[in-house]
Amino acid sequence: MIVGSIAGIGAGLAAIGAGIGIGNIGGKAMEGMARQPEAASKIQTAMLIAAAFVEAVALFAVVVAFLGTGQTN
Amino acid sequence: MDLSHIFNSKKIFRISFYAVLFSFLSFAAFSEEHAAADTSHAAATEVHAEPKEKDEDISKVILHHIADSHEWHFFGHVALPLPVILWTDNGLVTFMSDKFGHNDHGTELIDADGTGLVNYHGKFYYPAESKSADGTYISHDSKGEITNGKPLDISITKNVVSLLISVVILLVVFIGIANAYKKREGKAPKGMQSILEPIILFVRDDIAKPQLGHKYRGFMPYLLTVFFFVWLNNLMGLVPFFPGGANLTGNIAVTMMLALCTFVLTTVNGNKNYWGHVFTPHVPWWLYPLMIPVEIVGLFVKPVALMIRLFANITAGHILILSLISLIFILKSVFVAGIAIPFVLFISVIELVVGFIQAFIFTILSALFIGMAVEESHAEH
Repeated sequence: MIVGSIAGIGAGLAAIGAGIGIGNIGGKAMEGMARQPEAASKIQTAMLIAAAFVEAVALFAVVVAFLGTGQTN
Repeated sequence: MDLSHIFNSKKIFRISFYAVLFSFLSFAAFSEEHAAADTSHAAATEVHAEPKEKDEDISKVILHHIADSHEWHFFGHVALPLPVILWTDNGLVTFMSDKFGHNDHGTELIDADGTGLVNYHGKFYYPAESKSADGTYISHDSKGEITNGKPLDISITKNVVSLLISVVILLVVFIGIANAYKKREGKAPKGMQSILEPIILFVRDDIAKPQLGHKYRGFMPYLLTVFFFVWLNNLMGLVPFFPGGANLTGNIAVTMMLALCTFVLTTVNGNKNYWGHVFTPHVPWWLYPLMIPVEIVGLFVKPVALMIRLFANITAGHILILSLISLIFILKSVFVAGIAIPFVLFISVIELVVGFIQAFIFTILSALFIGMAVEESHAEH
């Protein structure tokens, strides 16, 4: 029997979204660094900030999923 | 074309150098501890043939490990009792957490200087009139929520002790360094100074200056404090034995206070330009009813996002490590350890890097928000 809550699926879906987002950010940043290696440090800082914003969305979902699972018990 | 240009950026090199350095400093300790924990746990499961660890208990065990507590658990039945300070209906009540035994199932009444209390899952409640069906003095409503009253708990818990330890470490290290700079002005750094000077310069040159411009100087003390506080506590949370082990930056109250500091700094230092952006945004006037509420919500969302980001990152890391160790108990085989423990080590090393990155991101976003508040107006708006 599979036991769990639907909140877990929600967290997983959010992880897909954040994965696409962070993948895009990382890929584009690498492209940028390859074109302009001298701007690498600036690109990296901007990349980390953008990744943090995207990641926050996934983490909101994780927190909501936790709250959701807590309710079912 | 050779690949050396990748390392030309001093910053990348510096970040990776420190990340790797600190990873390997703790690596040995980690492997030993995990190995020890593994064997002792394995031995324990064999001795206790009774089905003590049920599958459903594992999530409870994990949540118990990342939660705050009234005692500092070392190993087996050895724990450091911590003072419990409660503000009850009868005034202040204090006692050591081991005074009334370790019963936290809510089945035993505690009489603390005339105030009746009951310890249920590590929290103190006023007992219900009579025992409920499950033998506890805790009453639940139809939704399963606890209806007992609760005294105000201002105890010195594990997290508070860990906070004080980290404060002492930071004060000793940084007052020492500050004095060294005064004494050895103009000379090359020495000892602890040489370890931390590049990191301090990193915070100044890569976090404060790009975000705050020429006003960076006044905010450096805050940014340095927050960076080293978060970083030290992230690392201490990953150490599984005594001085570490408290999940401080994975506690939402702690991250809330940190985010609140940033919020207060941005609000207090916000200039005319900043508030102008909030209350008279550069949009056609008929969009104001939409834009002004959005801007006001934005003021509060920024620190809330800071709070949740740090909390959720660190908590998720701890849960991941504990879940991987729990695999051994879920699958009920010691041989799973062969896969689980190397994986735990791998994740632990990643967590060391995450600890640094989260401290960096918390600091740079704080600097960014403060920078938005103190920014002078641009011609092109």
